[in-house]
Amino acid sequence: MNRDTAQLIVCHDCDLLQREIALKKGCSASCSRCGALLYRNATDSINRTLAWTAAAFIVFIIANIFPIFAIELQGDRSVLNLIEAVSSIWTQKMQLMSLVVFVTTILIPTVEMLSMIYLLSSLKMLRIPFGHIMIMKMIRVVSPWGMIEILMLGMLVSLVKLTSSFKVILGLALWSFGLLTFLLAAAAASFSARHIWNLIDKIGGMKS
Amino acid sequence: MPTFSTNAANQGFCSCHVCSLVSRVDQMSDSRRCPRCRALLRFRKPASVSRCWSLLIAAYILYIPANLLTMMETGSLLNYRKDTILSGVVHLWETGSWGISTIVFIASVMIPLLKLISLSLLLVSVQRGSKLHPRLRTSLYRSVELVGRWSMLDIYVVTLLAALVQMGTMATVKAGPAALAFGAVVILTMFASMQFEPRLIWDPLEKREPDDDDTE
Ligand SMILES: [Zn+2]
Repeated sequence: MNRDTAQLIVCHDCDLLQREIALKKGCSASCSRCGALLYRNATDSINRTLAWTAAAFIVFIIANIFPIFAIELQGDRSVLNLIEAVSSIWTQKMQLMSLVVFVTTILIPTVEMLSMIYLLSSLKMLRIPFGHIMIMKMIRVVSPWGMIEILMLGMLVSLVKLTSSFKVILGLALWSFGLLTFLLAAAAASFSARHIWNLIDKIGGMKS
Repeated sequence: MPTFSTNAANQGFCSCHVCSLVSRVDQMSDSRRCPRCRALLRFRKPASVSRCWSLLIAAYILYIPANLLTMMETGSLLNYRKDTILSGVVHLWETGSWGISTIVFIASVMIPLLKLISLSLLLVSVQRGSKLHPRLRTSLYRSVELVGRWSMLDIYVVTLLAALVQMGTMATVKAGPAALAFGAVVILTMFASMQFEPRLIWDPLEKREPDDDDTE
């Protein structure tokens, strides 16, 4: 790789060419012209992102197995978990909507978390995993479409709407989704793509 | 931070859109791929303005049925109601859930509308080569990208309620056709904002003296 361009950084929002400077731990650099976040020195980025993501994945499984909430009306009871919600909407002839919900709250979070765990655990063992470029590309494209935190807010709104006409019983998955939202936010806060690419370069350099 | 005071593109530098590595792109070499991740190097997103406009116009069109048609049908022994997005918010407000009603109003009414308007203004300003308030416009773009996804809220609410409340004649909730149109609006505007190229906001400023200062 070209030595003299390694220290250069281009703002992705305004295209200003700047030189990278060393940052203190936990600090971030923003563009001097438009204020965009350029990069940050996330503390122990790889380890922390891996830890938060692994924890998130376990909680995610729990959140998908257990019921979110149940309602009771004159002895009649209806229980719901996320997968049942998706399939129920599908049978109600809203297949497109069911697909959107499935992709944004089940498929993409699963794919994103698993590929992150695979990528980061390999890098931790100083191995460049198979298909690392494709994985980095995919994480970048897919991550705005993972919407667990919005689903979480949606659950709270539904809860308020339900309490006006039903007796509502809260399920374990509701708490799990709350915890999951927090864990995913923590993982996103410690994630730094720049850090990962630099590490990939370093490992590549050691091998050759 | 030390700067070079001009755009990277003008000096032949290009940052990879996948891995952000900066490389020099000469006219001589025909390999215009990133040396690190092999992605095709490009100075600007291709056909950004026209792609963004087409997605945005489709979103405008679907915005009409999304607001006029029924979002959710609620039926029980006592009453039956059909709600559009707006009447749903009003109903929540009237039943005393002011907090939730405000959240839903922001996510389903304000954000989509502000997003459509903001992206249109940004596109028009870029097409006219406007030099006004570039920093403000860039911040506007960043906030559109940040909050746009939260409009999906109503889709999840309708899904959860329609799936859960299936008790025959006692209580039933059904998703209406507006849910589909509204979901499409959210997805289309998300794609539109991804297609928009914020660097186009700054390009017209480069055509003046190379050492002028735009930070205010
Ligand atoms: Zn910038």
